[in-house]
Amino acid sequence: MDKKVMATEEQLAYAKLLDSGMKTGLLILIVTFAVYMSAVLTPHVPLEELPNYWKMPVHKYLAAADIHPGWAWLGMVGKGDFLNFIGIAFLAGVTIPCYIRIIPILFAKKDTTYGVLAIIEVLVLALAASGILKAGGH
Amino acid sequence: MARKHVKFIALAVVFFAVLITAGFVFASGEPPASVPTAAANSAMPWWAWPLILFIVTFFMGIVAVLGGVGGGVLFVPIIGGFFPFHIDFVRGAGLLVALAGALAAGPGLLKKGMADLRLAIPVAVIASSCAIVGAMIGLALPAKTVNIALGGTILGIVGIMLLAKKSEYPDVPKADNLSTVLRITGVYHEVSTGQDINWKIHRTPQGLATFIVIGVMAGMFGLGAGWANVPVLNLMMGAPLKVSVATSKFLLSITDTSAAWIYVNNGAVLPMMVVPSIIGIMLGSIVGVRILTRTKPAAVRYIVIAMLLFAGSRAMLKGLEIWN
Repeated sequence: MDKKVMATEEQLAYAKLLDSGMKTGLLILIVTFAVYMSAVLTPHVPLEELPNYWKMPVHKYLAAADIHPGWAWLGMVGKGDFLNFIGIAFLAGVTIPCYIRIIPILFAKKDTTYGVLAIIEVLVLALAASGILKAGGH
Repeated sequence: MARKHVKFIALAVVFFAVLITAGFVFASGEPPASVPTAAANSAMPWWAWPLILFIVTFFMGIVAVLGGVGGGVLFVPIIGGFFPFHIDFVRGAGLLVALAGALAAGPGLLKKGMADLRLAIPVAVIASSCAIVGAMIGLALPAKTVNIALGGTILGIVGIMLLAKKSEYPDVPKADNLSTVLRITGVYHEVSTGQDINWKIHRTPQGLATFIVIGVMAGMFGLGAGWANVPVLNLMMGAPLKVSVATSKFLLSITDTSAAWIYVNNGAVLPMMVVPSIIGIMLGSIVGVRILTRTKPAAVRYIVIAMLLFAGSRAMLKGLEIWN
């Protein structure tokens, strides 16, 4: 059997990390949402007021609810609604460590082109996650 | 075993329905804020929409599997067209729904060797960079413009679904120079025939260039991009159909990650929309996979096409302010 019938070493390493990261992220998402709905932690936006906000364009919502974009949610995780962002950020971020995991494997196999491509991908995803990129309001 | 699964899904559905309803009980214990609430102006209590969202996404998950489409492509036009949520939040939730589905499927597809990392990595660099640009453009555009463009895109997807042929094993007489340099080639084991299928690709530069457009559209509309990834990987670049479908699904976990971060960092993510949608569509997908083994999905595919046609027309008419 050709060795490529089986997944490559880097592919398996990526899959293993992605699997555990995805399961952890989903678990966090469900637990934090249960905390949010149980009102153990007071949400920043009261639940009964949500319909006032979810119909607004995002920039108006941010201004009306006094929410700062970017990573400012980290300072608000004590609020029931912002607690959910731990799971959301975990799921959105899990791909980055998967790529970081395969970079040394690719270079060890002297697969320099793919090693460099993996580094570029990490930089692209880190830039997206950094919060530096702001979209203009409309 | 089957009964166990059904029980688990039924329990999960009831659990989430109770959870959302419980939120209402707790919330109604607090005095209303001084700001007049929308709930006060509407016959619907606030919790009804997340509950309906959960139920609708549950059925959407079933239909998506049976119709052979990703959840994201159904989510954005249907939720954007018929729910009171602003299109900014719908797109943010749509990306996270598509991302969660791709993350869940990715490990299995990679381990089986169906999704190919060598094929995905160069494509992902282009698609994910362009998805960032698309997300930033999408959030900067007025809702009217987004709805018109979204409607046009959905109607285009309907056209692709109706007209595009699929090729199980496309004929690739000779790999092109770029794919040869990048060593994008592989062998996968076809379980149905017991054969090992050798594959290579061609037209790599054209394919990669197409992913610029796909990435921008994925980020702009929060649709996921399986509807575009598969035809490009399969028909343009010549990857076998199963490899194309699996690599496309895995690719979404990278493309949607970059776009999702733009929506998260710009505040366009509401947990009350995102979590019921993700759980609803995932539970629906589990049920859909079970039904798929017992049903002929051809008819469902036409139902999906009809749904998209309706939702796409609705988005366009909403954008044109003909049907608000």
